[in-house]
Amino acid sequence: MPSVVAMTVARYRPEREPAPTSETYEIPFRKDWVILDALNHIKDSVDGTLSYRWSCRMGVCGSCGMKVNGTPKLTCATFLSDYVPGPVRVEPLDYFPIVRDLVVDLTDFVRKLARVKPWIIRKEENSPADGEYLQTPDQLDAYKQFSMCINCMLCYSACPIYGLEPGFIGPAAVALAQRYNMDSRDEGAAERLRILSEHDGIWQCTFVGECTKVCPKHVDPAGAIQQYKLTGATRWVTSLLLPWGTR
Amino acid sequence: MKADPHYTLYHPRWYRRHVSVWWWLQNRSYTAFVLREITSVFVAFFAVVYLWQIRAIAKGPEAYAQFLTRLGTPFFLVLNAVAFLFVLFHAVTWFNLTPKAMVLRLRGKRVADGVVLGLNYAAWVVVSGAVAFVLLRG
Amino acid sequence: MERITPLLWLLFSAGGTVAALLFPVHLFLTGLAFPLGWLEAPRYDVLHRLIAHPLIRLYLFILISLPLFHWAHRFRYTLYDGLQLKHLTTLIAVLCYGAALFGTAMAAYLLWTIT
Repeated sequence: MPSVVAMTVARYRPEREPAPTSETYEIPFRKDWVILDALNHIKDSVDGTLSYRWSCRMGVCGSCGMKVNGTPKLTCATFLSDYVPGPVRVEPLDYFPIVRDLVVDLTDFVRKLARVKPWIIRKEENSPADGEYLQTPDQLDAYKQFSMCINCMLCYSACPIYGLEPGFIGPAAVALAQRYNMDSRDEGAAERLRILSEHDGIWQCTFVGECTKVCPKHVDPAGAIQQYKLTGATRWVTSLLLPWGTR
Repeated sequence: MKADPHYTLYHPRWYRRHVSVWWWLQNRSYTAFVLREITSVFVAFFAVVYLWQIRAIAKGPEAYAQFLTRLGTPFFLVLNAVAFLFVLFHAVTWFNLTPKAMVLRLRGKRVADGVVLGLNYAAWVVVSGAVAFVLLRG
Repeated sequence: MERITPLLWLLFSAGGTVAALLFPVHLFLTGLAFPLGWLEAPRYDVLHRLIAHPLIRLYLFILISLPLFHWAHRFRYTLYDGLQLKHLTTLIAVLCYGAALFGTAMAAYLLWTIT
């Protein structure tokens, strides 16, 4: 095992350069370090001007998503030892505008997420006196996988369609919509269908499948989208054959 | 709140990266994806060949014999071989993706991916056998 | 165009399934085994007899038409995304689905009028 590793980090200081550049740092190699530890070392001891996001450092907050050697990863969950002897390349997530260094702007995703109404929609809410909504383990199982999303945006960074078609609603938004569609307590499937069937909705997806490959929580957004295409298409057929039926 | 897809937030110092037209060469997964999509061209090619065969059958035995001869020329043999490989690639990738797209629930539990996959491949073998039987028995 | 996207996707899926299940064996036999003499090609009168069955004609119609729609949908998106031909999107769609419709019409005409 080497004692130092070279890490090439993308930099972008809009106040003095027109385009992103990069800087290479020599960092000590510790076999238990993750990429985030290396970035923290750089910020603490080498170059305090480096900007990046992180929070929980244990893979549940979704803040530290970046590209490591070209692949979107959570830097708190990616071991430095997998990349020795290096050099390791750290860059901001693809397809989002770069604000500074490794920080990207995620407003686009936040707006798209709000569009799919990621909350339980009911015609009538239970009052506290009625008690809880009951759900069997099988009903929970129907949507649980999609509820694991931590909004880390690795899937958007992996999706070439999102890169080519910035209006595309994207994997995580659909997975989260499905999380609510498949929830037995929810009655908002029809509303979400309208939104997801729009031009920039699910039909832009060509099932590249890269989103599922990079997802650190095994949400399988590609599966969510394909399943939703089938649901959407079936509903379309039934609405055509039975136009008087409303769901 | 409805987002207007054509409005770009005005932040002149944010750096927006351009996606190259060669994006699909940057990564093995992307290249495999584009190859998978290109299989559709060979699928269309064979559909047209079959259409041609039906037209030959409609016109009579001489036309059919001519069709068979044409299909036996080196140009078509090479094309057919390449098409066959691409069509196989289509079939394999299609079956492998089916469990993701079609989730079957039996008595509340999701049917395992391996089962769906197995059923697809079994259907493939059965159907192929049936077609071969019809075409080979004379 | 948007209103019928679900229909186009259903045709794409059905066509993809037909192509995946049936094209390998048909292509292997008709494109390689028969011309190369590995297996004996069916004689004309055998095929003529087979094609007289309405069910066989229906089978052949599906065998040709659905995979053409599969190609049209997939190829359209490949040109749009792969080659980034955004400005030609309507033209591409018309050419692709138009070609599939034409092939379908040809197949329908041939299979209906064959004696």
